Amino acid sequence: MLRGTGTAVSGEMRNTMKTRADDHVMLVHGGGGEMTRRFLDAHVLPGLANEFLDPLLDSAVLPPVEGSLCMTTDAFVVQPLEFPGGDIGRLAVCGTINDLAVMGARPLALSLALVMEEGLPLAVLDRVMASIAGAAGEAGTPVVTGDTKVVERNRGDGLLITTAGLGVLDEGPRLAPGRIEAGDEILVTGPIAEHGLAVMVAREGLGITSRLESDAAPLAGLVEAMVSSGGEVKFLRDPTRGGVAGVVADLVEDTGLGVEIEEEALPVPAPVRHAAELLGLDPLTVANEGKIVVVAAKGAGERVLEACHAHPRGKGAVRIGRMVRAEPPLAELITSIGGRRIIQRPYGEELPRIC
Amino acid sequence: MCLAVPGKIIAVHDPLEFYRKGTVDFQGSRVEVSLAMVPEAEMGDWVLVHAGLAITRLEESEARETWKYLEEAGMILEHQEDEEHH
Amino acid sequence: MKNIIEAVTRACADLDEVRIMEVCGTHTVSLFRSGIRSVLPPGVRLVSGPGCPVCVTSQGYIDAVIEVSARPGVTLCTYGDMVRVPGRTGSLEAHRGRGARIEVCYSVLDALRRAEENPGEEVVFVAVGFETTAPATALAVLEADRKGLGNFTILNGHKRVMPALRALLAGSDLPLDGFLLPGHVSVIIGSGAYRDLVDRYHKACVVAGFEAEQLLEGILALVNQMARGTPALENVYGVAVSPEGNTQALDCLDRVFEPVDTVWRAMGTIPESGFALRAAFDRFDAEKRFGLVQGEDTHPPGCRCGEVIQGRAEPRDCTLFGEACTFENPVGPCMVSSEGTCAAWYRYGGVR
Repeated sequence: MLRGTGTAVSGEMRNTMKTRADDHVMLVHGGGGEMTRRFLDAHVLPGLANEFLDPLLDSAVLPPVEGSLCMTTDAFVVQPLEFPGGDIGRLAVCGTINDLAVMGARPLALSLALVMEEGLPLAVLDRVMASIAGAAGEAGTPVVTGDTKVVERNRGDGLLITTAGLGVLDEGPRLAPGRIEAGDEILVTGPIAEHGLAVMVAREGLGITSRLESDAAPLAGLVEAMVSSGGEVKFLRDPTRGGVAGVVADLVEDTGLGVEIEEEALPVPAPVRHAAELLGLDPLTVANEGKIVVVAAKGAGERVLEACHAHPRGKGAVRIGRMVRAEPPLAELITSIGGRRIIQRPYGEELPRIC
Repeated sequence: MCLAVPGKIIAVHDPLEFYRKGTVDFQGSRVEVSLAMVPEAEMGDWVLVHAGLAITRLEESEARETWKYLEEAGMILEHQEDEEHH
Repeated sequence: MKNIIEAVTRACADLDEVRIMEVCGTHTVSLFRSGIRSVLPPGVRLVSGPGCPVCVTSQGYIDAVIEVSARPGVTLCTYGDMVRVPGRTGSLEAHRGRGARIEVCYSVLDALRRAEENPGEEVVFVAVGFETTAPATALAVLEADRKGLGNFTILNGHKRVMPALRALLAGSDLPLDGFLLPGHVSVIIGSGAYRDLVDRYHKACVVAGFEAEQLLEGILALVNQMARGTPALENVYGVAVSPEGNTQALDCLDRVFEPVDTVWRAMGTIPESGFALRAAFDRFDAEKRFGLVQGEDTHPPGCRCGEVIQGRAEPRDCTLFGEACTFENPVGPCMVSSEGTCAAWYRYGGVR
């Protein structure tokens, strides 16, 4: 993520980090002794309590499970730590849950590793932990094990989180790019570009305030609704970094087929569109944390969309395009005037432009 | 070489100064913008903003004509008003 | 809008290939992103011009930016557009990785505020852009002056569009029938500023905005002028552009800046084509404050950016395009800048 000073904690937060000793994280909290125990009891464990975590053993013991296991992990370094609609904690849970969900796996358990910078305000940590507990609760998936470390001031970004997730794949055809064929329909489960823009706008220094909110949400339930809708779902991917453009570029690369997306069909809410214009960004390249791009069999889209609409997290789902046979295979946008242009994976971090 | 975006002035600060500033609304996103180059622009006026500076005043109806994504917003508002009347 | 496209096709049915220079980098990108390039009849050839402020920034300027970013106590403030431009020792992005303090700003006024709130920091603003952007910098200098700030300077790279177009036409064997003129520069300088292009050089001229309909209307107006054989100065962006421009902004520019001969990347020195701070505002000049010397304008071997920005070559004519020079690994500024011609071709047109 964009860093201003090389340490991405805001100036305001840095000032807060210099105040009273008992208001912030200290090196001794990560030392492993009594202080660590008390710190965990006061600030980390309470919201997470569950039968697998509570014994606090070196490893959590989980019950036996039938089916192939899925495992995923992600590190979260977002700045600012807190933004409208969420925070790094919510992101860390939802991101990992969704990586399991888009494989068609049922999430079973999460691990949580925190690296905190000395001086991180405890009030911030408490809010982030509450978000983690909330998101895990929403996802119905317990945090069963974890770790905390504290690093010296100016060696961290305030707070870095790594989560890993374990899930199980039930029997049945796997969701995989290999199943995709020309004619398959491409859907998205709701409005795009909300998360990335909300976070960018929330960064200090840009001088913009907005009502945009991150869409971060756990989606295992939505995936289940789609997969059991009666319409054939072949492949899912969440358009996080790189946005829908990144997923579409992946589809072309993985299948050797072309992709056509209809610009008029893209669900971009007016305030999001306007904020993107302001910063010179293309909504297709902006990150989403609560949406899924779906490839459904030709003719199956309607059923899948109905299932989405019936689920609280899929209200704005729409068809946005299709897989096509094309030589060479390209990802193309059919523009509002009926022209065409290429959709490319964005270079990396999109920056606000004036030109 | 210039991204400039239309928005509506919803507040004016330092009204007596050449360096007056205002808050411009872009359908929910708000930016503190310098109004120094548009001395004739008032509260409620639409302006074209480039890199934090309003570079000209716009007629609202013409702005909605030129920037289609503004029209959408207009339509949403009308719909909401309809609902309130029923 | 289908009607407009059909009208364009009809209008150039009896014409040989018409060549229109779309001057402005934002137009280059908008033409691609709207898909207009893919629906225009083959008889309409769009040629890119030097209107990408990043692309025309000389190597020497970029090296000076990078040099000052490494000075102790300096916070470099820049528009996002400049962050990836390669200098001799890497880009700003690369240097941030090595510890330089670099802030991306949406507005120069954010940089000014940073200087006010952090008196211990030396804030240097990377002032690039044409006449659309220069008034904001001028305003920032006036504010810094009024507030007596001692820690705010600009590294001035602002440029003027008309002198460059004159230079292009004066030196040129380049066949051009008309210009699609930059809508937002025109908001400031006024459509009347381009009179010479019609009166002296007899080119069809239309000022247009950036929405798809604007672009199509602009191209149609140009093609109609060419079909009638009567070059004229038209403005389809009347919602924002007047013949005289924004006189307040022009006055402000005049207070702070004076026109000066300036080096444009790969185009050499163009008379009166840049802005320099007037002597009264010397103390806001980063070059003087930090003793910076802008070096030679060099360009990497094989790079044809200079020809591309003058409309003498298309990206695909350059052997580096899409091979050694890609958006991920740019060699020249036309590929780095998000609105550089090569970047636009690469990202939206595919590599052919």
